[in-house]
Amino acid sequence: MKPGQVAVVGASESERLGVMPDMSALQLNIDASVRALADAGLTADDVDGVASTGGFATEISHTLGLRPRWIDTTSVGGCSYFLHLRHAAAAIVAGMASTVLISHGESGRSRVGMEPLVFPASGAHGQFEAPYGVAGFASMFTVTALRFMKDKGITHEQLASVAVAQRKWAAGNPRALKRESLTVDDVLGSRLIAYPFHRDECCLVTDGGGALVVTSAERALDLDARPVYVLGSGESTEHTIVSQMADFSSSRAFRDSGAMAFAEAGLTPRDINHLMVYDAFAHVPLYGLEDLGFVEPGESGAFVEEGHTSPGGSLPMNTNGGGLSYTHTGMYGMFALQESIRQVRGEAAAQVPGVEVAFAQGVGGMFQNAGSVIFGRTA
Amino acid sequence: MTRPLPEPTPETQRFWDGAAAHELWIQRCVKTGRYFFYPRRYSPFVTGGPVEWVQASGNAILYSYNILHRPAPGFADRGPYALAVVELAEGPRMMTNIVGIANTPENLVLDMPLRVAFEDVGSFVLPVFTPAAVAG
Repeated sequence: MKPGQVAVVGASESERLGVMPDMSALQLNIDASVRALADAGLTADDVDGVASTGGFATEISHTLGLRPRWIDTTSVGGCSYFLHLRHAAAAIVAGMASTVLISHGESGRSRVGMEPLVFPASGAHGQFEAPYGVAGFASMFTVTALRFMKDKGITHEQLASVAVAQRKWAAGNPRALKRESLTVDDVLGSRLIAYPFHRDECCLVTDGGGALVVTSAERALDLDARPVYVLGSGESTEHTIVSQMADFSSSRAFRDSGAMAFAEAGLTPRDINHLMVYDAFAHVPLYGLEDLGFVEPGESGAFVEEGHTSPGGSLPMNTNGGGLSYTHTGMYGMFALQESIRQVRGEAAAQVPGVEVAFAQGVGGMFQNAGSVIFGRTA
Repeated sequence: MTRPLPEPTPETQRFWDGAAAHELWIQRCVKTGRYFFYPRRYSPFVTGGPVEWVQASGNAILYSYNILHRPAPGFADRGPYALAVVELAEGPRMMTNIVGIANTPENLVLDMPLRVAFEDVGSFVLPVFTPAAVAG
């Protein structure tokens, strides 16, 4: 696909984020979708394509009264919305849809209207991981880190500095759940969840929603909206269960999806002004920095520790505060995309001056899947 | 709360039968000789390529781990425990537990040599690993 053929013309999160026992997962989708359509100056009648994870695409269509001719229910974990955006762009260019609504809503904290997450005992995880005492995502996602740290020479203080850097961004964001200042000592002194990860190195668990409206660059010009152009995108999948990730020190899915997005956009890491890397746990942004080519292998820890991703640094990263400090509903990827779009529009809470090109990297499952999107202020 | 137990499939039954006999059985691609895990009917290295079962040496190294302070159901009585990934001498990796040594960062050193051991859990036998120095 050529860069800039498709634009995000509407983007919004749910009115509130955090703890909302009064909202079902479906209603969080609807709240965000209505707000994103209003942001685009459009209504349900203008939408002919819909994307969300699993059964939500149908539920959203029925609830909002959509009549879609294009549906994408890709469910690859937290980066699903990256893939929805990439697929929607292709569909729009191919003429299969003109205006697509992409929606996320998850009652991750209050668990209202949520289907239980079940790993069958006969599956790869059920047979070859669960019997050894797996206790949720914090136990699976973190198991790669000690190998990564040994192979790359990353220190515990550097891992903690990811949480510290992102808290500095969150401090400037009134919507962030955690805003009080944080030091490396605070992080290393917080409760151990899954060694080497302390509480502050693990994502929040919240309720929230977010939605995007996407259309052709041509149609975007006719709207009373502020288009953010899709310059490139990528996607990949690697392993079924984290123990079978080929190399615990580097994500093949990250490398592949990232390279795809850069190639499509005709850009390199040097061209990027702003970066989002899905941070379910503090090590994930370090993989992102290395596997996407922003730093050399082994340099990510020092790069963050020295402040290069913090406010005022050369590569502002996770500027909403990320999954560690802003919000994390479960499939956080939608919120990474929302922040990239706000930064390119110039309306973020902690706005980075002059963001022309922004890179967003999503992860799905435990490094199982990846999605990448490069956004531009101009086509 | 009881521990979750595996539910073998036709593809994996040989592995669990082996574990019940205190043997670690893995598979090898017939055409390339490369070992892989977890069990399946065709080689991941040659499309549709045949595979064969081989009894593994039982030697491994500690590839990575974490130490869980919030236990899974059935694990609450053992204190913080490691979820470990070991690399077998034959090449493949598998998730497991480390037994015969307190699961502390000081004791668990990456790349330390390990030996397979077997743990009874309900009606199943799970392959686990123990430091080679402990196994003797």
